[in-house]
Amino acid sequence: MAAISREEVAHLARLARLAVNETELDTFAGQLDVILQAVARVGEVAAADIPPTSHSVPLTNILRDDVVKPGLTRDEALSGAPDAADGRFRVPRILDEEA
Amino acid sequence: MSDVTRATAAELGRMIGAGEVSAEEVTRAHLDRIAAVDGQVHAFLHVDAEGAIAAARAVDSARARGEKLGPLAGVPIAIKDVIATKGVPTTCASKILEGWRPPYDATIMERINAAGMVMLGKTNMDEFAMGSSTEYSAYGPTRNPWDLGRIPGGSGGGSAAAVAAYEAPLAIGTDTGGSIRQPGAVTGTVGSKPTYGGTSRYGLVAFSSSLDTPGPVTRTVLDAALLHEVIGGHDPRDSTSIPAPLPAIVEAARLGATGDLSGVRIGLVREFAGEGAEPGVAAAVREAIEALVKLGAEVVEVSCPHFEYALPAYYLIAPSEASSNLARFDAVRYGLRVGDDGQHSLEEVMSLTREAGFGPEVKRRIMLGTYALSSGYYEAYYGQAQKVRTLITNDFKAAFEQVDVLVSPTTPFVAFPFGSRTSDPYQMYLADLYTIPTNLYGGPAISVPAGLSEGLPVGLQIMAPTMADDRMYRVAAALETVIPPLTPPALSGSNS
Repeated sequence: MAAISREEVAHLARLARLAVNETELDTFAGQLDVILQAVARVGEVAAADIPPTSHSVPLTNILRDDVVKPGLTRDEALSGAPDAADGRFRVPRILDEEA
Repeated sequence: MSDVTRATAAELGRMIGAGEVSAEEVTRAHLDRIAAVDGQVHAFLHVDAEGAIAAARAVDSARARGEKLGPLAGVPIAIKDVIATKGVPTTCASKILEGWRPPYDATIMERINAAGMVMLGKTNMDEFAMGSSTEYSAYGPTRNPWDLGRIPGGSGGGSAAAVAAYEAPLAIGTDTGGSIRQPGAVTGTVGSKPTYGGTSRYGLVAFSSSLDTPGPVTRTVLDAALLHEVIGGHDPRDSTSIPAPLPAIVEAARLGATGDLSGVRIGLVREFAGEGAEPGVAAAVREAIEALVKLGAEVVEVSCPHFEYALPAYYLIAPSEASSNLARFDAVRYGLRVGDDGQHSLEEVMSLTREAGFGPEVKRRIMLGTYALSSGYYEAYYGQAQKVRTLITNDFKAAFEQVDVLVSPTTPFVAFPFGSRTSDPYQMYLADLYTIPTNLYGGPAISVPAGLSEGLPVGLQIMAPTMADDRMYRVAAALETVIPPLTPPALSGSNS
């Protein structure tokens, strides 16, 4: 039985903001199915009482001293933007309906 | 003067410091070599000749003024295109970042520049460091200098090939599941993955943040240790940087070069023995281990029962983190924007941009990660993979109670022909079978040449406990006394 359907792949693509085409959907559905069946082997390990590891380095919050340091200027921060206007990132309309 | 492109970085640094050759001469020799052979190898995505000459002249001027130079001052280096380099294109071999020039340097670049090293340019890779062959670069693959019809490994195939083809004595790679070590193995070079957190990730374009580790790509073990010392150490700008001094890695490499390994205990992972290394790879690795025994090392078998689940766990954890990290490519702050014609909403522009800008492997991993993190599947996939990660870490800790280092083949097969593993993505993933456990644990590991199989290089992997990077350098340098650096066949269009 397939681990993942073509419809599920289409749903994932929408969630991930990928406008994949029909041909890609066919290809990805087959490939993701193979990969998911292989990685599902993690389920064979009895690990109910094992704590998860998110990171190999034990993490604690480290706060820096509250001292002003040089950062990017506004122009530097905007320098790679596909579109900028008036010192800001310019984006397409966010709402679907007419303004 | 002999051909400086054949010299080690340590030799070049000494010669430049002594005034036997200028940094500019060394840089020009490497730029000439790139011009002669990179049309065939395609290790570089961008060569910054002007910047390199300027940096070299600055070193020569500093020397003329009587300033004391560091051990690698004036030595050229190639940088994997996933590292942010101020004002110099940084694409991650992706169309989505084509032409992007970062407004800042990665921490490791700041340290490389401060050491007086000379950046030659940016090297090719699998897009966003996802792959084992460079075939997923949006700008065409890099070819292996040993056989131009074969892959140079990946994701850091460009860095490894540049070093193997004498286009650069040193390069930077990044290792998330083996992207420094596997290219090192298949190109006959040295690839060193430091302890996670031992080298800064600040300015490394994130793929899988809990695994990504920058490190050295070189032709000798000493060169790797010297470069590691330049880039390593605590960085307050990386929240997972380890606030402790680096181990004495250069001293360890020099100690190993005496060829004495008496008292060193080496472990062979029982569970790796049955897992599909090609016969030629297994034979070369066996000979390398016998060589280590002759140098005085003691070899014992250890058991790491959960290593067989490392590959599945990795291909849940890394894609999950990638799907989150790559959400930043939203067609707003940098990179490509597609479909902004007044007819499409922001969300549609994002989807069209990401569809046009990402290649197939990146899309696969983003969707795989999205799946593993989605409600209903999270516990069974991502949650379970994190628990397996704990068990793999425990396996390493138990093994290192018995031995000083673990050794294995770096990768199950020698460089494979182009196109032989792209149709079945999981076949490509198997290239990382032996390298991935270390990434999940966070320890250091190095791949060093272990000889040839059917005329192609084989790598031996040496794994050590976290923050004991010195151990792997010692053993690697000792092996080098028996198996010296490999020389690939001459490329056409060059004298050698």
